[in-house]
Amino acid sequence: MPKAFKPSVVTANALLEGDVVYMGASGWVRDLAQAEVLTDEADADIRLIEAQAQADTVVGVYLAEVDPDGPTPTHFREAFRAKGPSNYAHGKQETA
Amino acid sequence: MYSYTEFDDAFLAERNAQFRAQVERRIDGSLTEDEFKPLRLMNGLYLQLHAYMLRVAIPYGTLNGRQMDQLAMIAERWDKGYGHFTTRQNIQYNWPELRDVPDMLDALAEVNMHAIQTSGNTIRNVTADHFAGAAADEVADPRPVAELIRQWSTDHPEFQFLPRKFKVAVSGAPHDRAVIKAHDIGLRIVERDGALGFEVIVGGGLGRTPMIGKVLYDFVRSEDLLPTLEAIVSVYNLLGRRDNKYKARIKITVHENGIEDIRARVDARYALIRAQFTGVDQQMLARIEADFAAPAFVEKSIAPFEAAYTNDPVFRAWADTNVDAHRAPGYAIVSISLKAHGATPGDATADQMRVMADLARRYAHDELRISHEQNVILPHVHRADLPAVHAALKDAGLGTANIGLISDIIACPGMDYCALATARSIPIAQEIATRFDALKIEHDVGPLKIKISGCINACGHHHVGHIGILGLDRAGVESYQITLGGDGTEDAAIGERAGPGFSADEIIPAIERLVMAYLDLRQDPSETFLATYRRLGLAPFKSALYPEAKADAA
Ligand code: HEM
Ligand code: SF4
Repeated sequence: MPKAFKPSVVTANALLEGDVVYMGASGWVRDLAQAEVLTDEADADIRLIEAQAQADTVVGVYLAEVDPDGPTPTHFREAFRAKGPSNYAHGKQETA
Repeated sequence: MYSYTEFDDAFLAERNAQFRAQVERRIDGSLTEDEFKPLRLMNGLYLQLHAYMLRVAIPYGTLNGRQMDQLAMIAERWDKGYGHFTTRQNIQYNWPELRDVPDMLDALAEVNMHAIQTSGNTIRNVTADHFAGAAADEVADPRPVAELIRQWSTDHPEFQFLPRKFKVAVSGAPHDRAVIKAHDIGLRIVERDGALGFEVIVGGGLGRTPMIGKVLYDFVRSEDLLPTLEAIVSVYNLLGRRDNKYKARIKITVHENGIEDIRARVDARYALIRAQFTGVDQQMLARIEADFAAPAFVEKSIAPFEAAYTNDPVFRAWADTNVDAHRAPGYAIVSISLKAHGATPGDATADQMRVMADLARRYAHDELRISHEQNVILPHVHRADLPAVHAALKDAGLGTANIGLISDIIACPGMDYCALATARSIPIAQEIATRFDALKIEHDVGPLKIKISGCINACGHHHVGHIGILGLDRAGVESYQITLGGDGTEDAAIGERAGPGFSADEIIPAIERLVMAYLDLRQDPSETFLATYRRLGLAPFKSALYPEAKADAA
């Protein structure tokens, strides 16, 4: 049986800075809160293909599962990507 | 210190210009990421979790004050004001932006440094004993031969696409401070009938299948070393598994074929290629050896040291843990701890780097070393100068007296930076150090090596930690697996798994129970954790780690 599709966001790393970015309704955003939550699998596939076409802006595009409330990450890896490293406020938390 | 030739300088300038053009072409869209990635990796540039990461080689861990100052300048100008020293005698910058990297590489080239072969399936940065040229037990300085191997391996056309990465470590002393038995090739300089030669160990490695290397030859004469190395790497290049990334290392090749078969193949290959080595390499080696001539040691009274040692308990504690015997009378080797309690293991700020550079120039014949334990060494300090060195270190937050103790932890970047990680390493190291500092038992516990990796790749050497900690992902939660009894010295051993993993909340109390159990179990304070473990085995430590299991069984 195919796995049920879970709400997701399109994420990647920015080509120039290397930091974590998310696909928003109108372009790439730095903050997970502003990411577009995709609840329909067919929509998500289309957005993923659109994102992959932007290879001059971003690197390593993929879908990451989220809790649509927020949205917030469902896995700790995505939580660290959204927030930045634990030891210094050098990532996203620097500007938050 | 090796001094670059015009050829070396021109080579680096050309490489950097090439890479600058490649970065431009990536940014303007004429190179795809698939095309660019191998090119950036050839220049030490990774893409990590939150940013790019530039890995810079510090060959055999040796650098001078000017080079350290330049590393500080780069940290400040293009990164976030600090650098991370690793178990492979590299420095990693965690936050460069893509368009700045060519400038960073040019700044490195100004001081004869680079990031070539710090990634990819090639012969990586050649590492060595961090006490090289200074240790009291040294047979010979391992750095000239490490430099020769570096020159032989850098851009060696036959070895740019090996089945997998390849790591060589060299030691010139009976006591192994370079973990040579956990390298693809480990070399130890030995003496036989008055002549120096090499014990050649192959097939060690950590990662998902940890193995201790085996002796391939117990004595190779100096003039036969490079052809021997070339024969070994050629045999591996041909025979190494390319069908499965996890089986591609030479340790698997040696394991699957047997050391005798490998020796026969290396012998055969050696016979074919020996004649190509006409002795030029030995002339090179002689030139390199001259570059590494010992500094002019001076004779002066050590009275200032003795006075401070008697009168200042803080200095005494530091001198007892962070200072080692030197081969020259009156001199000492100073290990600077990059493990202040609660700090990130291996990190140094730009200001700290400059303090260390300055101390090297003033008190240590302008030499520094990076240790695989993620600390910095001043190899040649006169004992009379130790009080002044200690005072300056203390002012810079570098005076922690914990070398070899429980808070002197190796920790890889883990999931705070690394894209391959399955859990975090740094916060665990920080919490252990903070906890044992609060308990004030660190000095009573004595020599104890904790090593932490954030995934099975074992960059934090957890397999050879007396206590090893491996971070895993168990159903979306960070979990930590403990191994015990590992050893990275000449008595190398891979640690044994203690049992089920612990959650992030449980791991610090578990380590505390383990250490308390050791304090109860040891025969007397001179019996180290490792010695106690070797005498008693896993069982009593296991019961300390899993008290419930014991209750259930009763
Ligand atoms: C960009 C970050 C890093 C990546 C992608 C990375 C990747 C890897 C991989 C894939 C392996 C296993 C290789 C194999 O067995 O085939 C490995 C092993 C290792 N790495 Fe890293 N690593 C990184 C950072 C580090 C750091 C920061 C250190 C030092 C603190 C380090 C030192 C080592 C060591 C000592 C080993 C095990 C020894 C061996 O190869 O047998 N690495 N690394
Ligand atoms: S052990 Fe794993 S987590 Fe740690 S640096 Fe290596 S690859 Fe990354």
